[in-house]
Amino acid sequence: MRVWELYNYWIFILLMMIGFYTIIAKPNLVKKVIGLSLFQTAIFMFFISLGKVEDGTVPVAVSFATAYSNPLPHALILTAIVVSVSTLAVALAIIVNIKDAYGTIEEEEIHKAQED
Amino acid sequence: MEDHLPVLLVVVPLFSALIAPLVGRGDKPWYVAMAATWSVFLLSAVLCARIYGIIGASGDPSAFISYAMGNWALPWGIEYRVDAFNALLLLIIAAVSAVVTVYARLSIAHEIPADRVNFFYGLWLLFFAGLLGVTVSGDVFNVYVLLEVSSLAGYSLVAMGKYLDRRALWASINYLFLGSIGASFFLLGIGYLYSATGTLNMADLSERLRSLHDSRTVVTAFVFLLVGLGIKMALFPFHIWLPGAHGYAPPIVSALLSGVAIKVGAYVMVRLLFSVLGIEFGFETLPTRPILLAFSSLAILGGSYLAIRQSSLKRLLAYSSVAQIGYITLGFTLANEDGLTGSFIHIFNHALMKSGLFLIAGIVVYRLGTSELAALRGLGRRMPFTMAGFTAGGLGLIGTPLTAGFVSKWYLVAAAIERGQSFLAAVILLGSLLAVVYVWRVVELIYFEPRPESSTQVREGPWSLVVPAWVLIGASLYFGVDASLSSSMARQAARALLGPG
Repeated sequence: MRVWELYNYWIFILLMMIGFYTIIAKPNLVKKVIGLSLFQTAIFMFFISLGKVEDGTVPVAVSFATAYSNPLPHALILTAIVVSVSTLAVALAIIVNIKDAYGTIEEEEIHKAQED
Repeated sequence: MEDHLPVLLVVVPLFSALIAPLVGRGDKPWYVAMAATWSVFLLSAVLCARIYGIIGASGDPSAFISYAMGNWALPWGIEYRVDAFNALLLLIIAAVSAVVTVYARLSIAHEIPADRVNFFYGLWLLFFAGLLGVTVSGDVFNVYVLLEVSSLAGYSLVAMGKYLDRRALWASINYLFLGSIGASFFLLGIGYLYSATGTLNMADLSERLRSLHDSRTVVTAFVFLLVGLGIKMALFPFHIWLPGAHGYAPPIVSALLSGVAIKVGAYVMVRLLFSVLGIEFGFETLPTRPILLAFSSLAILGGSYLAIRQSSLKRLLAYSSVAQIGYITLGFTLANEDGLTGSFIHIFNHALMKSGLFLIAGIVVYRLGTSELAALRGLGRRMPFTMAGFTAGGLGLIGTPLTAGFVSKWYLVAAAIERGQSFLAAVILLGSLLAVVYVWRVVELIYFEPRPESSTQVREGPWSLVVPAWVLIGASLYFGVDASLSSSMARQAARALLGPG
């Protein structure tokens, strides 16, 4: 079954869509941020699975190794994780400010407050 | 020193961004920001002169300066690559930011509490560093990281508008969610490109992609990259974050966001379509052209129509930016020399006009505390220089002769007719007519309606605000009368992308 051989892609797409759905559907801003985090993490998992080499081991020179995993996607994702953490920090900081200004973090209540 | 010019453009503002919050209160952070933006402006002018010198001497329009970061061998290391196209954009970013920074001192001191001003300049420089980095980098992953550096600083800068209006916070979080989704799609696209080619260097990618035109992985990558960038540059229908973010941010932030930040997104899209994927793949394999042309036409008409219906000056200008992005994508999607030239001149001219207009809106906010159109009644007599600036900039948005907007629209119409797309020429003209309506609405209010009796006395804005705004508006007028410099640079840039063929 070729479909199951590519299970890593299925998992990443599934996770990504769960995250995307959460961002769109949940009215609570903190839940949206959780969705965003899931969305980004799914992409990281895609990158990491790209680096996997069959029977490969960690890319450190050792005598018994026959193949090594590709370390470049790992290095990229380390950087992307930093970006993602910064995004979360900025998002949460803005949400704290929203709570101060509007007294709520629910989307509909904020919309109601905007109209007044 | 001279060899390190490409990287200095990013390093100088990046380190100044760390210094600015630490130097203390008062005007000190502003001096750091001034030193950084003006030195970057000089560096980019030198770089621009060098690259155009090389092109002039060698006669090769696609000549470039390559810089290997940390001296790591290419294509493994990160490359910074400057050619006629991004040299032009670097110069615009640096010039607009330098002028806007002059304006920032008074405007920011007025809008942001004194104990937050140093952080504002830190973020401001970070934003600036990110924009320059995206433009100069020749490595797709580096582009992603720097795009996020500028975007994250941008979200925080928009949120700083909360001291004037709490709606800025809501606009900022919306911008953050959409911007992050766009960036994630871009990252995913990079992942697919990497899995198909095993490289991240743009020049290397374009070599390797030539034999991979049928690959479904590459097509998927292309779609993700295009959608991601579409969100970042606020291309219709991905523009919904823009009016809020540009409308509620502090005016100088809006000036930079509307003037240059969305153009940087457009730049990356052009770079990918023309330099990395190639015109053939970008436009022939997939129906990119009809889709982008439809989006651009909708952006021009929809953006202009929505601008007419706004009740606040800043939101009106924001919707007008949605329309202007449409002109820019329309130009490069036509993919002929006139179209690209028109698109680049419009990037150049619109950066001057729209930043200038947001600075004008900033003067209004400085004097009146609001940019609601109703409050602008009869301001023409009270603030003659400011309002004349609005009128001149507004004429540029319409594209009347003798303004810069006319030059870019001329090229765009010529390009559309050359492609046999007279429908698009009609869209451009209709967009200009709609622009007449939204500019005239404001002009009528400020000149032909009496100032309400009850309203408070208003004086002309302070010179340190009026002069920078007029420098930008004046430059856009100058390039409308004498377009030889801007159009020859834009034409070189177009040739650099189209190559010898």
